[in-house]
Amino acid sequence: MSAATHEHTYNAPRAVDRVQSVALAVGVAALLLALALSFVSPGGFPVAFWRPYLVAFVFWTGVAVGSIPLMMLHHLTGGGWGVVLRRIFEAATRTLPLLAVMFLPVAVAVVTRTLYPWTFPELAHEHVVEHKKFFLNVPFFLGRTVFYFAVWFALSRPLNRWSLAQDDEPDPRVRRRLRERMQSVSGPGIVLFGLTVSFAAVDWLMSLEPEWYSTIFGLLIMAGFGLSAFAFAIVCAVWLSRRNEELAAVYQPRWFHDHGKLLLAFIMLWAYFMFSQYLIIWAGNLPEEIPWYLRRLRGGWQYVALAIVLLHFSLPFVLLLSRDLKRTARLLGAVAVLVIVMRVVDLFWTVAPSALAADTTSAPATTYGAGAVLSYAMSFIAPVGLGGIWVWYFARELKKRPLLPLGDEGLEAALEQPHGHHH
Amino acid sequence: MARKLTRPTVYGVMAEFDDPTHAVAAAQHARAAGYTRMDAYSPFPIEALSEAVGLPKNNLPLIVLIGGILGGLGGYLMQYYLSVWNYPLNVGGKPLHSWPAFIPITFETTVLGAALFAVFGMLALNGLPEPYHPVFNAPDFALATRDRFFLLVEWRDPKFDRAVTGDFLRGLEGVKGVSEVEF
Repeated sequence: MSAATHEHTYNAPRAVDRVQSVALAVGVAALLLALALSFVSPGGFPVAFWRPYLVAFVFWTGVAVGSIPLMMLHHLTGGGWGVVLRRIFEAATRTLPLLAVMFLPVAVAVVTRTLYPWTFPELAHEHVVEHKKFFLNVPFFLGRTVFYFAVWFALSRPLNRWSLAQDDEPDPRVRRRLRERMQSVSGPGIVLFGLTVSFAAVDWLMSLEPEWYSTIFGLLIMAGFGLSAFAFAIVCAVWLSRRNEELAAVYQPRWFHDHGKLLLAFIMLWAYFMFSQYLIIWAGNLPEEIPWYLRRLRGGWQYVALAIVLLHFSLPFVLLLSRDLKRTARLLGAVAVLVIVMRVVDLFWTVAPSALAADTTSAPATTYGAGAVLSYAMSFIAPVGLGGIWVWYFARELKKRPLLPLGDEGLEAALEQPHGHHH
Repeated sequence: MARKLTRPTVYGVMAEFDDPTHAVAAAQHARAAGYTRMDAYSPFPIEALSEAVGLPKNNLPLIVLIGGILGGLGGYLMQYYLSVWNYPLNVGGKPLHSWPAFIPITFETTVLGAALFAVFGMLALNGLPEPYHPVFNAPDFALATRDRFFLLVEWRDPKFDRAVTGDFLRGLEGVKGVSEVEF
């Protein structure tokens, strides 16, 4: 163990236990509420339940899976910003088994042919979809998701194991070898992440409207995953920094400054993909592409779109320009919370209007009315529900290890106090 | 402390260091001793050194923001003028004022405006170009771009005194040499 950490263990504070129990209680309650509401929503159970559940599932999968490339990025480039976040990313990736279980309701929706239009027997004659059947069919779809989870699990598991092995390793040469091994997995790993998430985005989200296609959609969802994961890690870091002195000395303003800059970069990347997709489809104005946007820019959805532009991009962009804001944990944490909320709104805006495209028997065809409002409220209750259970599991994983990678070469530099070295 | 009405014969006293840690520590000591008008020179940026010599916040971020806003507005209005007034063309039946098509160029001109204002604003705030500056009279000063670190206490400092300041700097840890800088 390095000299800097002799007197510190960096164990998770007791407050994590409280978060865990509250999260589980809130999660189960919200999930039951969403389930109950689906019975009285237009479409009824289970049809009315699927889309809100998909929003929740994709969002939390994004937090966990988006943490994989961030963790890898740190292995490849180093830097204090990542030293202090690495254990948060690692704990998030260790929730993949839970998320695999959480996919089961989506699998049920596919098998019972009640969510994705390409599974409906009555749409089988549609020409465009007919030609996509070699890809969009039930066994292949389920097999692909199993494959994605297998790849993500295979990538994150060794990185978690070697990172832990580094902690207790007294020999610096062995620690170095472990670091090199993590680096060599991370390079190709980022490429594999990109490919699998791109395909997962097509399967889980784009195929809700199987006649539609957008080649940038995978990148857009990928940027969203990274953004969700990074914002979540910032919220964790801010929360931890306010628990005790030991952790306040870890999460220093200079690291929050870096996190704020990276968050700004992720927001701009996401906005770039988001706008590019719109510009291309708007300019082309093709009959199989433009209805996707027409459904999302009419009948009330234009206000959701406007909220996304203003609150998912403009406001955080302007706020994050400020150096002082980035260096103030509470304010940066507030921006990260806003980003997380807007990630859910963005997924809601992506998923919910697909019901307007599908046939009228599967979902409400109207945007208005008490029933529609109820079903849209579920899109926010379900993420709280799934999120509570996910946070419970995440906190359980976070507690298992020291909050800092004790064997990391960059640890001492990351913990150094900028003003402390001459006293 | 009497106000200095006349320009003295020296610009300041310069201390030389050959490692950054001592330079930062020296700057922090000088600040703790009450010196306020200081400057430091190093081959690479050291954030702690800037903080230690107490460089004031400047208006460059504001200048860059203004440049970005002007660039963005200029880019958008240029396209608006061209597409709607100067040379209206029907492209794919879309309205003449098709804002989505204007965004990429608006973005580019925002970046261009911000970048130009950043470079020229920085030069203006630094008082550049400046063909003559007294600090270059300090011995070995050319090494500030290679492997030496310099701390200067300027004559404008209310606490400045050639002899006392010189002795103070000579007493700092790790100092390699102290010299008076001629005007």
